[in-house]
Amino acid sequence: MARYIARRALMTIPVLIGASFLIFWMVYALPGDPVRALAGDRPLTPAALAAIRDEYNLDDPLLIQYGKYMLGLLQGDLGTDFAGRPVIDTITQRLPTTVRLALTAIVFEIIIGLTAGVLAGVRRGSYMDNLVLVSTTVVVSIPVFVLGFVAQYAFGLRLGWFPIAGLSDGFRSYILPGLVLASLSLAYVARLTRTSLAENLRQDYVRTARAKGLKPSVVVGKHTMRNSMIPVVTFIGADLANLMAGAIVTETVFNLPGLGRAVFDSVLRQEGFVVVGIVTIFVFFYILFNLVVDILYAVIDPRIRYD
Amino acid sequence: MTDQQPRDVEDDLGGTQTVIESGSPQDQKATETTVAQAGGELRQASLWSDAWRQLRRSPLFLSGAALFLVFAVMAVVPQLFTNADPNVADLSRSAEGPSGEAWFGYDIQGRDYFANVVHGARVSMAVGFFTVLGILTIGVVVGALAGYYGGWLDAVLARVTDVFYGVPLILGAFLLLSTLSNRGVPEVSLALMVFGWMTAMRLVRSTVVSVKDADYVQAARALGASTWRILTRHILPNAVAPVLVYATITVGLIIAAEATLSFLGIGLQLPEVSWGLQINSGLNRFRDSSFLVFFPSLFLSLTVLSFILMGDALRDALDPKLR
Amino acid sequence: MSETLTTPQFAGSVGVPVLEVDDLHVEFRTTYGTVSAVNGITYSVNKGETLAILGESGSGKSVSVQAVMGILDTPPGFITSGSIRFHGEDILKMSSHKQRILRGPGIAMVFQDALSSLNPVFSVGHQIGEMHRAHQGASRREAKAKAIELMERVGIPAARERVNDYPHQFSGGMRQRVMIAMALALDPEILIADEPTTALDVTVQAQIMELLSDLQADTGMGLILITHDLGVVNEVADRVAVMYAGKIVESGTIDEVFTSPTHPYTAGLMSSVPQAESKGTRLNPITGQPPNLAAIPAGCSFHPRCPHARVGSAAAPGRDCAVEVPDLREVRPGRKSGCHYSEELYGE
Repeated sequence: MARYIARRALMTIPVLIGASFLIFWMVYALPGDPVRALAGDRPLTPAALAAIRDEYNLDDPLLIQYGKYMLGLLQGDLGTDFAGRPVIDTITQRLPTTVRLALTAIVFEIIIGLTAGVLAGVRRGSYMDNLVLVSTTVVVSIPVFVLGFVAQYAFGLRLGWFPIAGLSDGFRSYILPGLVLASLSLAYVARLTRTSLAENLRQDYVRTARAKGLKPSVVVGKHTMRNSMIPVVTFIGADLANLMAGAIVTETVFNLPGLGRAVFDSVLRQEGFVVVGIVTIFVFFYILFNLVVDILYAVIDPRIRYD
Repeated sequence: MTDQQPRDVEDDLGGTQTVIESGSPQDQKATETTVAQAGGELRQASLWSDAWRQLRRSPLFLSGAALFLVFAVMAVVPQLFTNADPNVADLSRSAEGPSGEAWFGYDIQGRDYFANVVHGARVSMAVGFFTVLGILTIGVVVGALAGYYGGWLDAVLARVTDVFYGVPLILGAFLLLSTLSNRGVPEVSLALMVFGWMTAMRLVRSTVVSVKDADYVQAARALGASTWRILTRHILPNAVAPVLVYATITVGLIIAAEATLSFLGIGLQLPEVSWGLQINSGLNRFRDSSFLVFFPSLFLSLTVLSFILMGDALRDALDPKLR
Repeated sequence: MSETLTTPQFAGSVGVPVLEVDDLHVEFRTTYGTVSAVNGITYSVNKGETLAILGESGSGKSVSVQAVMGILDTPPGFITSGSIRFHGEDILKMSSHKQRILRGPGIAMVFQDALSSLNPVFSVGHQIGEMHRAHQGASRREAKAKAIELMERVGIPAARERVNDYPHQFSGGMRQRVMIAMALALDPEILIADEPTTALDVTVQAQIMELLSDLQADTGMGLILITHDLGVVNEVADRVAVMYAGKIVESGTIDEVFTSPTHPYTAGLMSSVPQAESKGTRLNPITGQPPNLAAIPAGCSFHPRCPHARVGSAAAPGRDCAVEVPDLREVRPGRKSGCHYSEELYGE
């Protein structure tokens, strides 16, 4: 088991390097001059320009720039933004908001998605099943930012239950954005649970469990659920990272000061180091959660070999 | 299958983000055995005719197809829906609400909003179709290569796929597009392609892997068929059903992604007529003129819905074990 | 009681058979129509005896025992009439709770494909011990000890080491032994084995049948063996009931049915099996296909395939094979046949 985990962890390193390089390359090698963007309307002397280019290693070949960046990253130095503020500070300051948002979303995803999926999957073709199918189809079809406006309009503006935007209201501020951020995944979880449960209910071992004289609640709740949850748990685990990345839209719509909003702002300002730093964090989480899921998968499904 | 590697499991997972219910390991087991046992064109033929029979009776498919037709016609000949010129502005009518004269009212510049929303169908459909076409091309080529040749090529391509999976679609496209100063339909489609091809690749790859050792493929090989012929005649037809389902749903999701990018101000640019841009500019007047956000949102959602409905129905029809 | 058959060695020794199935009908209601899977079957099983139910796939043999076990998938399967009596009490009229606690100590079942019938995510020890935990409130420790004991009893080597292994880690034969251990956990009075050896290699088949025989001798349980394999029937069964299109067409002791069948279907089955002494002669397979259960032929359901069918003017009054449904009737002491012309064809 330990060897398996070590091997899987090692395998993620090239992926992490590849993905971060991809991001680095996009931000630095493609057209668009960050220095000019930084300068804005102010005229810059050639000397000042050169100084800035030198400070940010902008004149080195891409690979060297990347290498220097990664060396810094390993020492916790992600560079500074144009105002001289270390990127790592921006990240540590803004990460909690995004993590809280993602966790709120995952709670909604698990509670609502699983419940809906189980209710639908236990009795296929029932009223509940159709309700879940139709509502998940609708939710999947409405883009997240549109759903955000609908939620703001209905629950914020009209009903006044939750704040429309910002973090002024503590925990309650996270409910609407969390729900909106969770919506798409929630629908997937409901559907995945539904299919998985319905499929497992048809398996032979369920018949065996009934033949053993077990209570119906044990037949479904233990024997069927344990098997049905394998794909669902892996989905939810990997989705945590997607939710963090999805925060870019949600935080913009709800004006939350998280990492997503920071990426959005710094892309518009062409603050390369901030963008690369934050996106690298996202990718790191993505790969980390996928690794956890892989290991989790091996734990909950004994058929998976560790070698 | 019992000694299934976690790698394959993740293959499944990757799909779930984009292919709804792409499935559990049991799923894959079921498809693999049916594919491997049956093989040949007979199974394919009956699969399609059965599926078509079921689709014709499916209210979900029919409503999805009807919606799709409406928006497709709207994209090709918007003049059929509105006589008003979307570019004629009358500032005195700025943000005037819906009326009998102008069903959707007027936008901030005082242009007929219905005409503008109708004309927005074109770029959405164009981005959706171009992107998915590109995704399928990359997916089929890379997936077939990885699946058929296996070995180190498969390993390298799997890592490359992982790298791209590491960057979420919206985030990646957002970054790529932010580096471009001119962003039209080709640029947006390209950005979405670059970060959206991986699931198609894994779908094709897993089909190829599951059938390449099937008896009828071995037979074709023994009879001296070329690799090209084996791939195109015997192996890839098996991937058509899952890829079609995936592609249908993905067109919808890509349309939503384009609108999201345009809404964020990093997708299409004015003077392009796009629902995402309309929603973005309507947002300034959200409190007093919410119809400016409502109508393009509605059209956008219905377009996405049409693809999701068709894709769902297709999957149900093409997946024999659900019958 | 005149309906039930008792084996010679147990005749008179037992008053009421442990299990009596009487005129059982099972239907499947699907969107494509209603399928009659079981059309009025009657049999009984005594303590210590083995009843083999023999039939082709689709003859309703598995469905009939699933109904007895209470594990029919409803919908689409429905028991439409008949009774299933356990020690004289109709199971179908019991509360669902009472039905449930009967499964295990009363009637237990071994399924055909042990790999798919065992839950892949629980260890075999857990699955065996679950019987004691659910029915007797045993502790985790006790359950595990019992599981090891049972695994040893069914001949799984190194049971103590393997108790925490998962089903996929066992070979086919060992997995089937696990199934049997699980079914035996609560000393059932009736064990139903639904094609227990079909999925196994021939050598392993013999071992499993031997195990079932031995266990039955030890415990004195009644055994219902569902099979399509004449060889298996011949080795272990006391009595046999032959099923065709959801009905029993012939029943009797194993020796009699095999040596002198009283129904053309059974006769056809016997002559379609290759035998050492008949080497060199042609086999006589039964022509035609088993009937579609959604459209069972009128009259005797076997008549379209029967070489002796008498139809129309060739038939005796009231015995037109294409019109009159034959009853399962006693043709000799302890022998029943569902053929109109059993006596004419096969003597008294």
